[in-house]
Amino acid sequence: VKPLILTLKREPGQRLDLAPLVPHLLDGKLQTEIAEIEVQTTREKVTAGDIFKIRSGGADSIRFEGGSSRFDNIGKDMKSGEIVVEGDCGKSPGRNMSGGNLVVNGDCGPFAGSAMSGGRLEIAGDAGGFLGAPLEGEMEGMTGGLLIVRGNAGERAGDRLRRGTIMIEGSAGDYPGSRVIAGTLIVLGECGSLPGYLMRRGTIVLANPPELGPAFVDCGIHELAFASVFSGLLRPESRAAARLLSRPLIRFVGDMAALGKGEIFFPA
Amino acid sequence: MRKMKKNGVRIDDSFAEAFPMRGTAILITAPNRRWARQAATTMTGFATSVIGCGVEAGIDCERPGKETPDGRPGVRVLMFAMSSDTLQTQLVNRAGQCVLTSPGSACFASLDGTDRLPLGDSLRYFGDGWQVSKKFADRHFWRIPVMDGEFLCEATTGLTKKAVGGGNLLIMGATAKTAMHAAELAVAAMNGAEGVILPFPGGIVRSGSKVGSKYKAMMASTNDAYCPTLRGAVPSNLDEDVGCVLEIVIDGLTEEAVACAMRAGLAAIVKLGPEHGAVRVGAGNYGGKLGPFHFHLKDLLP
Repeated sequence: VKPLILTLKREPGQRLDLAPLVPHLLDGKLQTEIAEIEVQTTREKVTAGDIFKIRSGGADSIRFEGGSSRFDNIGKDMKSGEIVVEGDCGKSPGRNMSGGNLVVNGDCGPFAGSAMSGGRLEIAGDAGGFLGAPLEGEMEGMTGGLLIVRGNAGERAGDRLRRGTIMIEGSAGDYPGSRVIAGTLIVLGECGSLPGYLMRRGTIVLANPPELGPAFVDCGIHELAFASVFSGLLRPESRAAARLLSRPLIRFVGDMAALGKGEIFFPA
Repeated sequence: MRKMKKNGVRIDDSFAEAFPMRGTAILITAPNRRWARQAATTMTGFATSVIGCGVEAGIDCERPGKETPDGRPGVRVLMFAMSSDTLQTQLVNRAGQCVLTSPGSACFASLDGTDRLPLGDSLRYFGDGWQVSKKFADRHFWRIPVMDGEFLCEATTGLTKKAVGGGNLLIMGATAKTAMHAAELAVAAMNGAEGVILPFPGGIVRSGSKVGSKYKAMMASTNDAYCPTLRGAVPSNLDEDVGCVLEIVIDGLTEEAVACAMRAGLAAIVKLGPEHGAVRVGAGNYGGKLGPFHFHLKDLLP
């Protein structure tokens, strides 16, 4: 089945809420019905047909030809299927997604994969701050799935992470893994200050750790079976991550200012 | 009983009668092959028969590091019991006492399926609050801190209700030496089959049993019809040239796996011939009314 292709006509005049354009909501809709879906965020009405040239296909696979930093909420609440964005997108791609595969072949704004609970989100470029994080007032961030950033991520990546795996191949801004509840965060590039700030449980793996906060305590160098298993599981996604996890790792435990059952690993 | 002959070995027109069992499989890994085998051997000790041991367990095969989740050498262990509850109890007890304790070990699910038996989900409490849960995609692991580092254990493993227990071959030789020779070759051939175990010592049982006994307390007793020393005294099943009978019992995850193993064993026995091996091969059954699986020897011949 050919994918549904949405080709950008011109840069939109306002921020757009593209949450309605996900496979399970477009399933069974005609091209004309899709064109009438409203995506504006201001009083000025904008429909999908105004923004995109629509080439019909199976809604299980949606392809955006061309992106914009004004494309917000792409793949929000996504449950299944695949969305590929050939270009940038704005804030919250993959927000609350629970399944399927969302690929952004470009950069994206803050809150990518916010509170996602399943599926796979890959950002080929850079991501903004608060990767996978909860919105204001929410108790937990990402609770499952796999979130990959091939470029750099902004500050507080993995804030309030509860479950699932976040892998950043580039560098991470300050406070990566802040307030982590559990789950796994891997940073292969440089890492900003105070990783794991106030983390309770969970695992942070850093290829290039900064000086850790004083509430993290040294637990020695180990070669753990779990690291080998994760190395094998991550190899299809990132050889560099697999290599990092197959090395002997120093284990620091913290944040002792919180529950103190989290851990930060880095190469010995 | 009409007899077929293959390469001089008489084959009974009989069948092995087997029963449905609950089965599970785990993969034990360790820093090297020796310690993976050690953990597996310890775990499957005293597990020859459900009657006295609660469970029948054994080593299915070895897996090289390339094929295990943590890249270390592994051994696949199969366990069979008559009920899911018994299997669960035995699995956790044995994994807890024999694998958790074994240096450098880790323990993984080795059977897919929707029916699951808690493994790490039960053993994790040994961690006294320091256990760590790790999930990746649909896999769930527990990390339990122990004195040599960490014991990694998958949360659950698969349970199959389609397992088959009690496939068997009765190997009859002129002497103990020739019967043993045939039985050993058959065991070696059957060990190559996947998804089966031979739960008895070295795969061989010399004390085959019949149902019932003259003593009220005994549910099973010696199979006098196959005891060579009683040949003249009881309604014997043995011919005059049979001086020793050895049995191989097979449990498998599927009916097909048991049939495959029996086929391999039978082929090895037939190939050896009667002079240095078995003069006759039979199979144990209870008339066909007790067990739903019938493995007819004539269908399994090479």
